[in-house]
Amino acid sequence: MKVKYFAWVRERIGKAEETVEPPADVRTVGDLIGWLSARGETYAYAFEKPKVIRAAIDHAHVKADAMIAGAREIAFFPPMTGG
Amino acid sequence: MTVAATIRIQEADFDVAQEIAGLSKDRTDIGAVVSFSGICRGSEQGEPIAALVLEHYPGMAEAEIERHADEALARWPLQGLTIIHRFGRIAPGENIVLVVTASAHRHAAFEAAEFLMDYLKTNAPFWKREESRRGTSWIEATDHDDAATARWTKP
Repeated sequence: MKVKYFAWVRERIGKAEETVEPPADVRTVGDLIGWLSARGETYAYAFEKPKVIRAAIDHAHVKADAMIAGAREIAFFPPMTGG
Repeated sequence: MTVAATIRIQEADFDVAQEIAGLSKDRTDIGAVVSFSGICRGSEQGEPIAALVLEHYPGMAEAEIERHADEALARWPLQGLTIIHRFGRIAPGENIVLVVTASAHRHAAFEAAEFLMDYLKTNAPFWKREESRRGTSWIEATDHDDAATARWTKP
């Protein structure tokens, strides 16, 4: 699945998007944050406060307990500051 | 009549007066037009800034704003709706966002415009970064904005 990062999450990880293939036991958005955090220091830094991180699956906001099965694109970003 | 919202996510500036006039042009069913313009301030918390730089999530920004436009059209009897949100570098004094609502009477137009702005602030995937003499920094979301959005949720 494709994963996208925005704002300071993107800056901390050092890339805007990538394709990942998490193992089958990574079932929810929260699991995916945990799995990504273990990939290296930059990820751990980006996700150091997981409760602050917002997520979207296929362009719709989701909570950390949302299942990721079937998702084409998952995005992680800080709270929004538009408007 | 089905009302179609006009939604634009763009880097270029826009003409507020032209957008407002365009919504009610050649119409006699509109009795009230409310507009909200969000404009870039020249300072943040007392510190002068050179510009705001807005990052957005292409695709989701459009989808999210469309969802809220549809909800506004379902909740209030609107005759017209325009939402424009800019991204990229925006200098002090320039437009950031515009919401224009048109209805037969004022209450629907006022309420729908406020509802849309509250949701845009907290749910539309845009992130502001400020440029100043001290460098650049991300603007933090405020609890105040979350509270403003929450009051529109039906009990």
